[in-house]
Amino acid sequence: MANVFHIVVCSGIVPDPLQTLEPAPGPTLKNEMMLPAVLDPWAASALYEGAALAAKHAGSKLWLLSLGPKAKLQQVMMTVGQKVPFEFVAVDGPLGGFTDATSTAAALAEAIAAIPGLDRTKLLLFGGWESASRGAGVTLQVAGELLGISDQFQGVDEIKVADDGSFEVLERIEGGRHQQSRCQGTPAVLGWATGNLPEPRNSPQVGMANMRGIMPALQKAKSVKLDANSLTYASVSLPKQQRETRLVRDLSPDEIAREIVQWIAE
Amino acid sequence: MDNILVLTHVDESGALSRASLESVAAGVELSAAIGATLAVGVVAAELSADIPAQLAGLNARVLAATAAELAEPRFASDAAACEALCRHASATIVLAPGSSRFTRVLPAVAHRLGGVTDTHITALTGGTQVEATRWYYRQRVEAVITRTARPWFLLLDAGTRTPYAAKGTAPAIEAVALAMPALRTQVLGIKAPKQDEQTIRPDAKLLFVAGAGWTKKQADGQVHAAEAEQCILGFLKVADSSLGSSKSLVDQSGENQAVLKFMSHLNQIGQTGATPRHAKGLSTCCHGEEPHVVGWRFVNERRAINLDANCGWARGKADVVYIADAFAVMQRVNALLSEKK
Repeated sequence: MANVFHIVVCSGIVPDPLQTLEPAPGPTLKNEMMLPAVLDPWAASALYEGAALAAKHAGSKLWLLSLGPKAKLQQVMMTVGQKVPFEFVAVDGPLGGFTDATSTAAALAEAIAAIPGLDRTKLLLFGGWESASRGAGVTLQVAGELLGISDQFQGVDEIKVADDGSFEVLERIEGGRHQQSRCQGTPAVLGWATGNLPEPRNSPQVGMANMRGIMPALQKAKSVKLDANSLTYASVSLPKQQRETRLVRDLSPDEIAREIVQWIAE
Repeated sequence: MDNILVLTHVDESGALSRASLESVAAGVELSAAIGATLAVGVVAAELSADIPAQLAGLNARVLAATAAELAEPRFASDAAACEALCRHASATIVLAPGSSRFTRVLPAVAHRLGGVTDTHITALTGGTQVEATRWYYRQRVEAVITRTARPWFLLLDAGTRTPYAAKGTAPAIEAVALAMPALRTQVLGIKAPKQDEQTIRPDAKLLFVAGAGWTKKQADGQVHAAEAEQCILGFLKVADSSLGSSKSLVDQSGENQAVLKFMSHLNQIGQTGATPRHAKGLSTCCHGEEPHVVGWRFVNERRAINLDANCGWARGKADVVYIADAFAVMQRVNALLSEKK
């Protein structure tokens, strides 16, 4: 029997990693709305893996669900929309890592439950195992819990689907190892690490097809306010990063090697 | 008054993991600081004699949830065990190691109990209120947070405190009844490189990072990937160090470029990789750009070898930067370390 998956990928948007970040009162990031943004990197891996899985299993569907200010979502989707085919679901909400993960999860779970045509018995809830903003690893897990999903995997690098609908998952554990598990089938939550797929090249055809859905999705995006759940920030600061670097230009490889060996032994 | 529960689990030896004992130490400190009661919960398939011995001298209730299904980490079984322990202890603050086992389940458990979770906690202080320190934006912004919501689950980063040191009498252990749900997931085992091929060593003193420069054309116009592999593996062997990589190097395997065969995304350090804790770090052939260097946040002493005197490392990110050919230097380092061994 053919396996059909309904894959929902949850992904936030984060400042481009090359941008300089500076906290501002709120807390928020200074000029956050002005910073170029990208799809959260680990969630992007989830998107590419989800698209590959959907392509392999005829009849499967892929949704990308993202919470953020509409204008920023639109900007990021101009690029992401060219990568793989998906149906976009937008939730209009605040940007940034300083919001509460549990409230974010509740907003995402509500949006998922409202997706027309989504069969939750076939659901694979994908996302990054941690975001590049809050980096808590809480949101996806709580969203899964709210949707009543009792099989969850985090730090996933691989999924292999068997003919009977069961699937094997590799999850990262300590010491550069993977735990291998077999799940009887959907529904399940998979928080992805890097996976195995490279970033797809931009495809104008895919972009055109996606954009037909992205703009209406943005227009009808529901606005949410996220409860802080009593989360209070006593301080938010940048670490002191600058070191007094000693540049060594004039030593021979032998001399450098001796210095390094001595340093290692200290 | 808060009730603190420290959740712990065993490692593959059947004893409490080091990170669990660090959490116990944090619980002892915090309970004293805020005047809270303290309990320790153990998740294990069975209780080995090691466990009471590891907790000897602890002035706290020790609870245990045991079941054969807890022999391996798995969301459904671990969540049931942790939930039972938290309910039994009426915990308002739950401390736990931020291990792969507990990060997989505890936010969900907190939600079942109507609570909230914060992870990657690097420091905890208690006075009039509990304050927790954690990083945002992949170790680029540091914040101190507090919450009044309870239960509050705090997952502590490993290596941030001294483990609990047992002394005195071993505590009695109270069994907690556990209703195991139907399990749809079977753990098949661990996939790991062979012992002598393992390049990720979290306990190593030194982190050695290889960048994409190792697989680029060298002075003779040729790529020397095989020599690079030999040199890097040789160093890992003689220096007992852990191996990290820049994103660009591990990404090359998907781009049909010369690759180092032992390198995978698990080695990746930085924005989309790991942030390991090592006393020292040596970077080679890596430019030291910010997305990579954020992964070095917890590496104390940093040195780099690079041909480019304007690389990121030279701009205040390393203590020492050697402007040199890493191939030449590392071959000599290997020779010197081999002689010493």
